[in-house]
Amino acid sequence: MSIFLNRDSRILVQGMTGTEGMKHTRRMLAAGAAVVAGVNPRKAGTVVSFPGAEVPVHGGVKEAVAATGADVSVVFVPPAFVKDAVEEAVAAGVPLVVVITEGVPVHDTVAFRARAEAAGVRIVGPNCPGLISPGQSNAGIIPADITSAGRIGLVSKSGTLTYQLMYELRDIGFSTAVGIGGDPVIGTTHIDALAAFEADPDTDLIVMIGEIGGDAEERAAAFIAENVTKPVVGYVAGFTAPEGKTMGHAGAIVSGSPPGFAGGAPTGTAQAKKEALEAAGVRVGRTPSETARLARERLALPR
Amino acid sequence: MDLFEYQAHELFARHAVPVPPARVADDPAAARTAALGLGGAAVVKAQVKTGGRGKAGGVRIARTADEAQRHAAAILGTTIKGHRVHRVLLARPADIQAEFYVSYLLDRANRGFLAMASAEGGMDIEEVAATRPHALARIPVDAEEGVTEAKAREIAAAGGLPDATVPVLMALWRLFAAEDALLVEVNPLVRTTGGAILALDGKVTLDDNAAFLHPGHAQYAAPGTGTGTGAGADALETAARAKGLNYVKLDGSVGVIGNGAGLVMSTLDVVARCGAAPANFLDIGGGASAQVMADGLEIVLGDRDVRSVFVNVFGGITACDAVADGIVRALELLKSKGEEVSKPLVVRLDGNNAEAGRAILDRAAHPLVTRLDTMDGAAARAAELATTVSGGH
Repeated sequence: MSIFLNRDSRILVQGMTGTEGMKHTRRMLAAGAAVVAGVNPRKAGTVVSFPGAEVPVHGGVKEAVAATGADVSVVFVPPAFVKDAVEEAVAAGVPLVVVITEGVPVHDTVAFRARAEAAGVRIVGPNCPGLISPGQSNAGIIPADITSAGRIGLVSKSGTLTYQLMYELRDIGFSTAVGIGGDPVIGTTHIDALAAFEADPDTDLIVMIGEIGGDAEERAAAFIAENVTKPVVGYVAGFTAPEGKTMGHAGAIVSGSPPGFAGGAPTGTAQAKKEALEAAGVRVGRTPSETARLARERLALPR
Repeated sequence: MDLFEYQAHELFARHAVPVPPARVADDPAAARTAALGLGGAAVVKAQVKTGGRGKAGGVRIARTADEAQRHAAAILGTTIKGHRVHRVLLARPADIQAEFYVSYLLDRANRGFLAMASAEGGMDIEEVAATRPHALARIPVDAEEGVTEAKAREIAAAGGLPDATVPVLMALWRLFAAEDALLVEVNPLVRTTGGAILALDGKVTLDDNAAFLHPGHAQYAAPGTGTGTGAGADALETAARAKGLNYVKLDGSVGVIGNGAGLVMSTLDVVARCGAAPANFLDIGGGASAQVMADGLEIVLGDRDVRSVFVNVFGGITACDAVADGIVRALELLKSKGEEVSKPLVVRLDGNNAEAGRAILDRAAHPLVTRLDTMDGAAARAAELATTVSGGH
C-alpha cells in the first residue's frame, strides 16, 4: 500500500510537450509510472515516443480521461496557465492534481484550491516536487533512483530535503514520499498526509519536514497529539532565517505577524515549530542526518 | 514585496480609494516646493518600510512651506529602526473627526482572504487585537465573490465603521484583487469634519509571484528602494537578482551555496550550529550548471564578509558528476575572468553519482577546495575555516 498514489495510478501530464514536461515524463516512465496521456491543444492527435512507451497527446483533459482512464494529473505548465490547467482537470473529474510549477500567483492558488476542494479533488502543490510511491508510481520530479520501497512515510515542504532524507534512509525505504510544496497556500497539507499515513497499513513511521513561515507545522503538531499513534520524526529548516526575508520558497518567511495576529511578534519561526512538534511527542532532528538517525532509532534498526 | 507609503498612496488613488493630496520629496528644497503646491501646510512623513515611525520622530506637522522644509531636513537621512530615510511624503492635513482601521489580507491558515475592521483606528492595531480583541472584527472574504456592497456593509457593521466607508471598502478590495496584493491596510481611515472618508496612511504588500501579470510593479523593486539593510547588502542582492539567483545577504562569514530552498536553509542552520554565522542564503536550483555555479561563486566571493564558502549540493535530479563538473568549470571560468578564488571552499556532494562527482573534484585537486562527504562534517570544516582564516579580500 501507499498513500494517494499506487501501482494502479494512471497519470496524465498537462504541459508534457514542454522541456520540463518531456524530461520528467521520461523519468516518471523510467521509474515505472503509468503515464498514459499528455495534454496540449496545439498537439492533439500526436503521439510522443519515450523509451518503452508511446504517449498520446490529447486536446483537453476531458478527452484524455475519456480515452485513457487517467486518474492523476501532473501539471508542468507555466505559472500564467496553472489556474486554467487545474480548473480544467477539476472539471474533468481527475481526483488527484499535482502542481509542480513554481511561481503561481497566490490569488490563483486560493481560487483553484477552493474550487478543487468543493469538487472533492486533491491538489498537491503548487511549487512542489510531487509524490512518489517507490516501486509503484511516481507523479512529479522526485528522483526514483535514490531510494527504495519500504515502510517510512514522508511529508515535506522542501524538495531537496525530501531527496536528502530519502537517500539517507534508502536502505529502509519509503511507502510514499509527498512533497507538499513551499508556497503560502497549498492543497494537500502536512495534516492531510499525516492522516493518510496513520491510516496506511504499510507505513510504520512518519518523517515530517517543515520550514519557516505560516503555522502549518504547529497545526500538524496539534493533529499528531490528538490523532497519530505511529512514531513521527521531524525536521524544521530555517532557524537562522532573518525576519522579513523570503528564503527561496514564496511561503518561507518569518514575518512580523499579519496585522492583528500574535501581537506583532514574529510568526512562522523554526523555533516555535520545533517546540510545538516536540510538545506533541515528535522527536525533532537538529540536522537532516540526525533526523535520519532518529528515524532509525525509532524503527529500532541498526545503523 | 512591501511598498512604501507613497507607493501605496499612488495605488490607492489609481483604484479610487480617496486619499488627501500628497507629494514626494527627496530633499528639503523639494519638500518646500511640494508643501507650496499643497497650499503651505503639510504633514511630513518619513518613507520607511517599518512601523513606529511616529514615535521615532518621523512624522511632523508643518504649518508653512518653510517649516515643511525644516522638518524634511530633520527627517531625511535619519535612520528609523535600521531603515534609512531617503524620501518624505508630504500630505495635506485633514480635519479628523473619527479614525478607523481596515485591512484585507491573505489568511494562510484558512487558505483564503480576510477582512479586518475596527472603530479604534489611528493606534497600534496589535494593541487593539491583544487587549480588546472584540474591537477588531475579522470577516472571511470569498475569493470568487469578493467584496460586494452587501459584504462591505457586513464588514463595516462588524467593525463599527460608518456606512459612508462602504464604497471605500469596495474600492480597497478591488485594489487588493486587481493588484494581486497579499495585504492592503489602511490605518487610519478617517472621517473628516466635512464628512469625507480618507485613507491617511496605507500599507500594501504585493505578491512577487504575480509580477508577470503587473509590469508596473517592477518600478517598486527598483534598486535603492530596498529595505536599507546597508548599501553593501543592497548591491549584492541587486547583482544576484540581475543574474537570476535566489540570494539573501546575511551577517556572517561563511558563504553558502546549495540547491533547493529547504536544503540551503538547512545548511545555514547547520553552519550556525557549528559556531559560525552564515554570510548568505543562495539557492542555485536543481540544474547547478557551470554557469550558474560560477555566477553564484562570483556573488558569494564578492562579499567582503565571506571568509570561507560551503558548497552543499544534493544530486537528485542532476547527477553529482555533472555538479562536480560545474564546480570545476566555474573555478576555471572565474580564473579566466581574473577573479580567481582566493578563499577556501568546502564542497559536499551526495546523492546520484556521488562517487563519480567526488572523483572529479579529487582529480582537479584545486588547492583551496576541500571535499567532505557529509553535510554536518563539511559545515563544521567551513565554520572552522571561517573562524581561523584571516579574511583577505
